[in-house]
Amino acid sequence: MTTKLFGQRVPRVEDPRLVSGQGRYLDDLGHDALAVAFVRSPHAHARITDIDVTAALDVDGLVAIYTYDDLDGRMAEPLPLLIPHPTLTQGRTPYPLANGEVNHVGEAIAMVVATDRYVAEDAAGLIEVSYDFLPPVVGVEAAREAVDLVHEDVPGNVAATYMQETGDAAATIAAAALRARLQLSIERSASMPMEGKGVHARWDDDDKSLLVNTSTQTSTSVRQAIAAKLSLPVDRVEVVTPDVGGGFGVKIMHPWPEEVLVPWAAIRLGAPVKWVEDRREHFISSAHERGQLHEVEFGYDEDGVLLGLSVEFWHDHGAYTPYGLIVPIITSTQLLGPYKPRAYRVEFHSLYTNTVIVTPYRGAGRPQGCFVMERVMDYIARDLDLDRAVVRERNFIQPDEMPYDHGLIFQDGRPLIYDSGDFPASMAMLKSLVGWDEFVAQRDAARREGRRVGIGLACYVEGTGVGPYEGGHVRVETDGTVVVSTGLTTQGQGHQTMLAQIVGDELGVPVDRVRVTTGDTRRFKYAVGTFASRTAVMSGSAVALTARKVRAKALRIAADALEASVDDLEIVDGRVQVKGSPSAQIDLSTVAVLSNPLRYAFDDAARRATQFAGRADPTKPPVDPGDEPGLEGTDYYSPTQSTFANGMHAVIVETDPETAEIKILRYCVVHDCGTVINPMIVEGQVHGGVAQGVGGALYERMEYDASGQLVNASFMDFLMPYASEVPSIEIDHLQTPSPLNPLGVKGAGEAGVIPGSAAIASAIEDAEGFPITAMPISPSELFALRAEHPAPSRRAP
Amino acid sequence: MKPAPFDYHRPGSVAEAVETLAATGGKVLAGGQSLVPIMSMRLAAPVALVDINRLPGLSEIEVDGGRVRIGALVRHRQLEQHEAAYAANPLLRRALSQVAHPTIRNRGTTVGSLVHADPAAEMPAVLALLDGSVGVVGKTAGERTIAAADFFVGPLESALQSDDLAVTATFPTPPAGTGSSWIELARRHGDYAMVGVGALVRLVDGAVESARVSLISVGLTPVVVEVTETCAGAPYDRVDWQAAQDAIVAAIEPEGDIHASAQYREHLARVLSARALQQALDDGAAKEAA
Ligand SMILES: Cc1cc2nc3c(=O)[nH]c(=O)nc-3n(C[C@H](O)[C@H](O)[C@H](O)COP(=O)(O)OP(=O)(O)OC[C@H]3O[C@@H](n4cnc5c(N)ncnc54)[C@H](O)[C@@H]3O)c2cc1C
Repeated sequence: MTTKLFGQRVPRVEDPRLVSGQGRYLDDLGHDALAVAFVRSPHAHARITDIDVTAALDVDGLVAIYTYDDLDGRMAEPLPLLIPHPTLTQGRTPYPLANGEVNHVGEAIAMVVATDRYVAEDAAGLIEVSYDFLPPVVGVEAAREAVDLVHEDVPGNVAATYMQETGDAAATIAAAALRARLQLSIERSASMPMEGKGVHARWDDDDKSLLVNTSTQTSTSVRQAIAAKLSLPVDRVEVVTPDVGGGFGVKIMHPWPEEVLVPWAAIRLGAPVKWVEDRREHFISSAHERGQLHEVEFGYDEDGVLLGLSVEFWHDHGAYTPYGLIVPIITSTQLLGPYKPRAYRVEFHSLYTNTVIVTPYRGAGRPQGCFVMERVMDYIARDLDLDRAVVRERNFIQPDEMPYDHGLIFQDGRPLIYDSGDFPASMAMLKSLVGWDEFVAQRDAARREGRRVGIGLACYVEGTGVGPYEGGHVRVETDGTVVVSTGLTTQGQGHQTMLAQIVGDELGVPVDRVRVTTGDTRRFKYAVGTFASRTAVMSGSAVALTARKVRAKALRIAADALEASVDDLEIVDGRVQVKGSPSAQIDLSTVAVLSNPLRYAFDDAARRATQFAGRADPTKPPVDPGDEPGLEGTDYYSPTQSTFANGMHAVIVETDPETAEIKILRYCVVHDCGTVINPMIVEGQVHGGVAQGVGGALYERMEYDASGQLVNASFMDFLMPYASEVPSIEIDHLQTPSPLNPLGVKGAGEAGVIPGSAAIASAIEDAEGFPITAMPISPSELFALRAEHPAPSRRAP
Repeated sequence: MKPAPFDYHRPGSVAEAVETLAATGGKVLAGGQSLVPIMSMRLAAPVALVDINRLPGLSEIEVDGGRVRIGALVRHRQLEQHEAAYAANPLLRRALSQVAHPTIRNRGTTVGSLVHADPAAEMPAVLALLDGSVGVVGKTAGERTIAAADFFVGPLESALQSDDLAVTATFPTPPAGTGSSWIELARRHGDYAMVGVGALVRLVDGAVESARVSLISVGLTPVVVEVTETCAGAPYDRVDWQAAQDAIVAAIEPEGDIHASAQYREHLARVLSARALQQALDDGAAKEAA
């Protein structure tokens, strides 16, 4: 290897295009397509008694109105339950268009197709739907009480109850010297990508084939789902993902009703059809996450060692369960973080409410789990008057205990075994980065000036690089360009750059010679998708393995041409040469030409591979048995289990003693994602994650009223932090390579968001002197908490 | 999020604009920063828009001894950056810098904001604090000047009739020795404030001569509270705002919403009022010293 791109701060190759307005997003496609608007339920829970479209029929430019009664074949069946689980005995999924009942505000009832979106909305506004109201179930408490039911055939509103245990938690807690209980809750937020969802479908009636563009995190699986729903042969359906303006989890959910309805309408109408989600639709008909209530019981000893931990929690999954139990399973397993209680029991109940569905949002259940565990650590420290970092250190899994088997089953159905990590080293790094040991003096000095400052910290472990597999295809073109394709999709993370660095190193070519395509089923059919911080681990490893195959073939052909031994060859700057005598060399582009024995010389380069060029051994076939023409290859990477990345955050906050404003003074991150491919990209991912963590801790919530209306369904009232609210972020990397994959990498995509609420709660608690048990927290809520904890009863600093 | 169909008119004169308003029953389109979003969300569906953006003569800022007068097309940003207006009345820039974000201030008009009469908006409170007025031309009611005290009728409701065009706003310059301030607290930088307070404190010979505040987001319209009685005569370095705070809290009627409870708003009104009054006092003292 000579170019050494791996580990370098290579500038992102996608940026010049994306920041100069050259991106091609879903809404940039299909200007002439028919446009779709939906009639969505304004009620959280109701039976539909009538849909009257009469008035809408007069609208000029109306093309079609579809309701459930128009759906045929498998379109009339509920959408798939994507990830079944043995305990999910009461799974329910929606129909593409409501079949007689609506279960949340925003559920699609009628689909209107018109010449443009304005007209479609005009017509949608004239469709009259009559309802019989049913009592709405909103919030975890109401769901748990189950006075009213979301689905009348689901008793207790419980879709699933799932318990896992290692050791005997109840007995361990009972035997512990010290015991405590906590009730902890986290509110709903959402992925909120800048670009909402969108679908554009074209039907070729001569070819009987369908081409769908959709803003998704998984084009291969959407393709399968569309083929299944529309009863089309899979080979007649292709799904191409254009540039995607962010996903953060919401676009791994599929098929969305619109993803099957738009192609279905395009076929029926014989015309291109497009739907682009608007922001209000995104709020009320995409997905949310995070809403959970946890009851925690634990036992510990006088040194602060956590002995037994028992957690029961209630997960609000909204009106349906298309994505199964992934989020609560992740909470229940990743809650453990870098710690090793002797005994652990976790039981969750996944509950129906008349609200928008819940599917993974960056972090996916981990922020809640981290919040629970880290609140426990802070509780123990406070109770024993120990340094919070020390308590954590006493509970860490040690490096020599890796791989560490927790004895639980993870979200991929495989054992929860940590592969790598050095938690004491990470903690030491974080303490020095933030100045942990010096902070007490600073805090006390600030207090003497009448200021309230506090420091908090939180640690997490994140299972990343979840299977089952990803693949890569690499081809060296005869002009020397290396084209790379992988089936999963990209949403702006910098995959093109990162994958080009990997392939560039393996093939000895610079990044600008490598062109990467993702999420195009015409190019790559077998893939899973982008989620669980898995692209570098899965597709990174797959393209590395593929590039190695291609490299071996290139060396073999070059060795033949140069009459040298393969072992003596190296690839430098796109040329294969004999080590130590670079004059004996051949361009990779020429090797590509030679790899493909030709009859026709369509250009000068091709001439060298034609039949009279005099190269061929007449006793052998032009393509050897077992060989293939072309300098290309395909390979797959499929690991036995996930890799486990980890990190620790420390944050310093100041709260205004009068106004209760909460300001972040410093935010420090130590991050271990194994070997770092591109530090700049990893830092960018951490920055974005921290911004979302700050949002979830201090600003964002889904404000449902008792009737199930989402009252803050716009960016005016759903407070995503602006740049002015996100602190500057200090980052240090620890690199403990994963032994599981050829690159030693672990995932980095979600990391930044996970410990936000835990660390900020810890810091506010430190500043204020009373416990914080629910997040997010606003100044108004902090003001109310202060009234509940009058100054004299507060713990002395 | 596409607006319902509407007719579009672009009159060439104020008289024509007023005629068009009367004839169509349409709405004035100024900077569009409030009107267009509510149309896109179909919360409003005016039959016609009367675009005033090309009307001549409405983009001027006039500053003379006693006032700053702006035309209906003066953008927030234009007034914020106007040096003579700032010299005459620094409160304008102080408050305008808290109105939304620069991109919105580049298009949004200050007069449009007054007409829109949002009880959380800064500039209505500033106009009320300064006892300013709005110049209006109407088809039915003719040409007239409406004092701030009569202009803000309720939430999103001004005294304008449907065929009225607001053409100017006048912000009187406070008398010499008056300090001013604007303080607000928003959830995020540039958001509508949970509570905002503008204050004027006039000093004469080192003692408070008069004091007055105007608050946003604590009532149906901007709430102006005269607090001279609570502090008049106090030497500038020994003013206790307690009584003023009590008077202010008694005058407001805050309501809770998803961003702030009523109690918190009341608390903020108390805290921010004292801060605003003190800042205005310091500003006045600095002016007196200069
Ligand atoms: C994201 C965002 C944040 C914002 N934050 C704030 C904030 O913090 N504080 C704040 O004060 N404002 C805020 N605004 C509103 C902004 O200040 C608007 O510019 C202002 O409210 C209206 O001015 P406009 O020129 O855009 O009016 P338009 O939107 O064009 O019109 C508003 C209303 O006034 C009427 N109107 C306008 N001009 C006249 C006239 N001359 N005669 C008669 N009727 C007229 C219109 O018919 C319409 O009913 C925000 C806006 C946005 C989009």
